[in-house]
Amino acid sequence: MARLRTLEILVGAFMVAGFVALFFLAMKVSNLSAAANGDGYAIEARFDNVGTLKVRAAVSMAGVRVGRVESIRFDQETYQAVVTMRIEQRFDRIPTDTFANIYTAGLLGEQYIGLDPGGSPDYLADGDQIEHTQSALVLERMIGQFLFSKAEENSQ
Amino acid sequence: MQRGSRPGAADARAPSSRHDVAGDDLVRIRGLTFSRQGRRILDRVDLDIPRGKVTAIMGPSGTGKTTLLKLISGQLRPDAGEVLVDGQNVHRLGRGALFELRKRMGMLFQSGALLTDLDVFENVAFPLREHARLPEPVLRKLVLLKLEAVGLRGAARLLPSELSGGMARRVALARAVALDPMMIMYDEPFTGQDPISMGVLVSLIRNLNDASRLTSIVVSHDVRETASISDYIYIIANGKVMCRGTPAEVAADDSPWVRQFMDGQPDGPVHFHYEARPLEQDLRGAGVKRS
Amino acid sequence: MINALASLGRFGLAAIASVGRAHLLLLAILAGLPSMLVRPRLLVAQLYGVGVLSLLIILVSGLFVGMVLGLQGYYVLSQFGAAESLGVMVAASLVRELGPVVTALLVAGRAGSALTAEIGLMKATEQLSGLEMMAVDPVRRVLTPRFFGGFIAMPLLAAMFSAVGVLGGYFVGVGLLGVDDGAFWSQMQAKVDFHEDVVNGVIKSLVFGVVVTWIALFQGYDATPTSAGVSSATTRTVVHSALAVLGLDFVLTALMFGE
Repeated sequence: MARLRTLEILVGAFMVAGFVALFFLAMKVSNLSAAANGDGYAIEARFDNVGTLKVRAAVSMAGVRVGRVESIRFDQETYQAVVTMRIEQRFDRIPTDTFANIYTAGLLGEQYIGLDPGGSPDYLADGDQIEHTQSALVLERMIGQFLFSKAEENSQ
Repeated sequence: MQRGSRPGAADARAPSSRHDVAGDDLVRIRGLTFSRQGRRILDRVDLDIPRGKVTAIMGPSGTGKTTLLKLISGQLRPDAGEVLVDGQNVHRLGRGALFELRKRMGMLFQSGALLTDLDVFENVAFPLREHARLPEPVLRKLVLLKLEAVGLRGAARLLPSELSGGMARRVALARAVALDPMMIMYDEPFTGQDPISMGVLVSLIRNLNDASRLTSIVVSHDVRETASISDYIYIIANGKVMCRGTPAEVAADDSPWVRQFMDGQPDGPVHFHYEARPLEQDLRGAGVKRS
Repeated sequence: MINALASLGRFGLAAIASVGRAHLLLLAILAGLPSMLVRPRLLVAQLYGVGVLSLLIILVSGLFVGMVLGLQGYYVLSQFGAAESLGVMVAASLVRELGPVVTALLVAGRAGSALTAEIGLMKATEQLSGLEMMAVDPVRRVLTPRFFGGFIAMPLLAAMFSAVGVLGGYFVGVGLLGVDDGAFWSQMQAKVDFHEDVVNGVIKSLVFGVVVTWIALFQGYDATPTSAGVSSATTRTVVHSALAVLGLDFVLTALMFGE
């Protein structure tokens, strides 16, 4: 019977260690603790081109992450992309005339939305829309423009 | 136990004719046929196992004696024929009814088949724990009594790996009678035993049968030992019953086959030489051909 | 020529029959769950046999794999000036792939082969027959606890492998190679997603747990009851488990991590 007791204790320790490992992975390794603050308020923005922006991409102001992209859908009436962002509740003083731009993190990194604040005294609330947007820079267009302007220079 | 006196005493108690009252037979087998991999192991066999007696089933190795036991217990299904145990057709029973029937049968396997991770006490207690709701003190006493009956109460805390073959079989016997079954089947109980453990097992089988009014079926090819404790003998070979009767009747039977088997003669109806070409051909030739 | 075709046909039929038997056995094993819950002692004993006894090899392997990832990852990433992403690389590799897969392979080798040998020997020494004769269903008594022991132990072992691996990577990357401590963890926490990475990894190891344990139990139960039969069954367990785990890993990865 003493053997059984030792066995039970070891198995119990094993199970506990396993769950501790899972907990460690969840909390310290993944973004669970950050994503746990799921409530916030939603704001929309319309872009002509979202580039490679993905759901769950960061929404930052002054380089600090204030929210995440919740969904991206296509509007067949206006042929624009409609991005819904979820901003954390504590960042509730974003002016209504803020700019929403799509930037790229680093040279080859993923794209995110950067908010440049405007000067309006009114703040964005749940369900509001950002009027001023700048689409993602498309590499091919930039190269095309560059070549075109180079050609013009040479012909002058 | 005087082995010499057994046949005479058995004679007095054995049924005088084969046509007994049907209720006296615990197991009735009619037309049992079973084949494995194309070979016919049992061919329309008829058997009766009388209640309360020790019945031996003997024959050369590989003639399906173990298969017969497994057919009786329902572990194998026959190709044809029926097996009636205590009036019930074994192979028509549903799962639950079959398990109920098995609780009333005990089986002693050739190797004992003890559970290797439990000690002797727990092995004997196993069927009691599984099937009987007994308070622990009662169970303890019961197990110790069963072990006492086979003479191994002192070995209660040993592991199966620490037992000799003979002792393991005795523990398995104690386990087989733990639930006080109505019949026990012994699969080659005497194989490979030294004379002392052989004597112990022989007397145990007989005494248990008489003391608890069990029905015992002993499958063996140890002619002398088995005949000394049996009330009735069947000899099976080539899938058929070659001979049946009391030990005295079988000893008096003079068919060459029975005589070769019972007396252990090296040559007779069962040939000494395996089928082969004439010797001169093999000696003259280069290789060894498969004939 | 005809003989070769006939043998091939026989082999194919035997393989299909074997697959059928394996599935029937799985159903019988699962059907034994209610009766196992009545006897938790059996499950505890098996958790010990599969889980606790595999701990040593899992933890040591996890540590070394994590450390190697740290080394290799550093050399590759530092060429792009992206050494701070080492944490992400180590953690994502472990949690998504190496944790579940390597754990499954190690468990198949250690615990799977032991299970097969144990069941095969029980079959050879007629213990399973004996249980049947005592009106105890050997599948429910012997196989079901072992199955659920493996099923529960596998994801826990995989989590421990990944956790220890991340620590190993941290030790090598931050401790030995000078990657920034804060960057290591913060990038990891930003990029490794709980639902997509950790949960998917757990699902993978649950699937592997089912497959590895099932194969081990079936090979043991189906083995020819001789010493040669048990030994070849043990080999089959390891080989089939490895193939199944790697094949399923591809399928699961495509399903989970595709777009």
